Amino acid sequence: MTTVTLTQTAHHIGVITKRNLLRNIRLPQLVLFATVQPVMFLLLFNYVFGGSIGGSLGDVGGGDYINYLLPGILIQTVVFGATQTSLGLTEDLAGGVIDRFRSLPMARSAVLAGRTLADLVRSSFVTVLMVVVGYLIGFRAQDGLVKLALALVIGLLFGYAMSWVMATIGLLAKTPEAAQAAGFLPIFPLVFASSVFVPTSSMPSWLATFAENQPVSVIANALRGLILGDPYMAFVDTTLTTLILQSLAWIIGIIVVFFPLAVRMYRRAVS
Amino acid sequence: MTQPIVEAEDIVQTFSNGVRALNGVSLSFEPGIIYGLLGPNGAGKTTLIRVLTTLLRPDSGSARVAGVDVLANPAAARERIGLAGQYAAVDEYQTGRENIIMVGRLYNLSSREARSRADEILERIHLTDAANRPVKTYSGGMRRRLDLAASVVGRPQVLFLDEPTTGIDPRSRQDLWELITDLVDDGTTLLLTTQYLEEADRLATRIGVIDEGDLIAEGTPNELKDRIGGDVIELHLANDQLATAAAALATMAGEEPKIDLMRHSVTIPAPQAARTLVEAVRQLDQSGLDIHDVALRRPTLDDVFLTLTGHRAETTPAPAPSERGRRGRRRRADRS
Repeated sequence: MTTVTLTQTAHHIGVITKRNLLRNIRLPQLVLFATVQPVMFLLLFNYVFGGSIGGSLGDVGGGDYINYLLPGILIQTVVFGATQTSLGLTEDLAGGVIDRFRSLPMARSAVLAGRTLADLVRSSFVTVLMVVVGYLIGFRAQDGLVKLALALVIGLLFGYAMSWVMATIGLLAKTPEAAQAAGFLPIFPLVFASSVFVPTSSMPSWLATFAENQPVSVIANALRGLILGDPYMAFVDTTLTTLILQSLAWIIGIIVVFFPLAVRMYRRAVS
Repeated sequence: MTQPIVEAEDIVQTFSNGVRALNGVSLSFEPGIIYGLLGPNGAGKTTLIRVLTTLLRPDSGSARVAGVDVLANPAAARERIGLAGQYAAVDEYQTGRENIIMVGRLYNLSSREARSRADEILERIHLTDAANRPVKTYSGGMRRRLDLAASVVGRPQVLFLDEPTTGIDPRSRQDLWELITDLVDDGTTLLLTTQYLEEADRLATRIGVIDEGDLIAEGTPNELKDRIGGDVIELHLANDQLATAAAALATMAGEEPKIDLMRHSVTIPAPQAARTLVEAVRQLDQSGLDIHDVALRRPTLDDVFLTLTGHRAETTPAPAPSERGRRGRRRRADRS
């Protein structure tokens, strides 16, 4: 029985990841629009809502809305970015590229792994860029750069987990158009009915209950805990450790559920 | 006898929507030849290729390619095969050269080996000049050539080409045919599917005719043509006169004439060539029928298909009788 060794598997994943990333470099519009959109959200929300919300934040982030908003926008960015996973997979399926890959003596896992990893790299780039733009318009990490970096890592891990959700949805939807539309169905309620843009305390209680307990808010709160420090912990009345543990639980839980689902959908889509 | 290089036995494949794509297909052939799998759209050609190239696990049956059991050891099979599917599966945003290098790397070639292999192949498919341009600037024919190149990177023992020339212009098709013939000169065995009779006739050493999931005939192009005897006469009339004409010709033909409403024609065997032709024309004239066109010709694979299945192989409509060639003897109508 011929098998692919672990080293070869890693090598194949690398080749596919590079191939997927190349597309972003050769088609710079992709990265441009993926960056312009969150930047636009950041500016719009900051200048439109900043005035009215800033006051209700007390000493959170020094009372500056941008400090509250940026961690939220980072989460929005990685979650929206995850839709690229379903888009890329369905485009490759439609173009026959995946049949070619599957006829080669390469690791079967490389297609999905290479896709999600490339999207992780791309998200990292956009995320760092967002922080830079944030700094230009007044954002300041309140609790040091180490915690800021840790916050970015948690955000990106969550984006990576969401890539597997989007892979599952995309492979179910089969065509790029359907995948795009279907992917945003769960995303909109998760991102907007959350603490991403505004504190949940102003929402009606039924909505606040959902918003406070769904993963996007939990992750956004963890990021804020790391970036804004103690005033935010007092604001949401919990501890940083709790938030980080909850975040990791969500990330691991999502991967545990959606990784095998995506693999199953992939097998079904290609045969 | 040489050991067969491709051997499929009783392959059955039913899709989840209940469609039975393969009905127990068996075929085998020896190394070094081009085997042409001929059939209309939806006949099961692609499904059979997908089974033989490990992309699809059949419901039942067995398959060996290059001495490897495809179902038991697909990974080993993949090291010995190459596949170019129906779509040119090349990456738009990479250059031609990068595409080939990538495939080489996936065959576990070192970066240097992959680069020199790419240069060698690009030269062979005459793409050296365009090698460093992104594929999105390529024409359809160039993409197909590049796709073909990608499928031979791993020096496969058996190369599978699924409709390699579908949808490309006649000139590029000629180029591809030359490339494909080159590959067999190299010792590679080839299985290609096509719905173009001309292509199968021109390239294949042996042809398997597939229709609705069954392999219904097999042989060399000439054997298949001989199945329906020698020359045939094709008489073109208005559609409402075809039945009358067939009845008028039945006695002299010694068998039921074949009516083709789409081509407005009735076909009979011509054991005595020109003499049968004169006789046929006289018969129809006496019956007061109006002949639009008449041709005496060697049977084409299209005739074979019609004889075997009762319907034509190609889905494209035949040209109107007035546009058809008037040469008395021609090997086939030019429909490519």
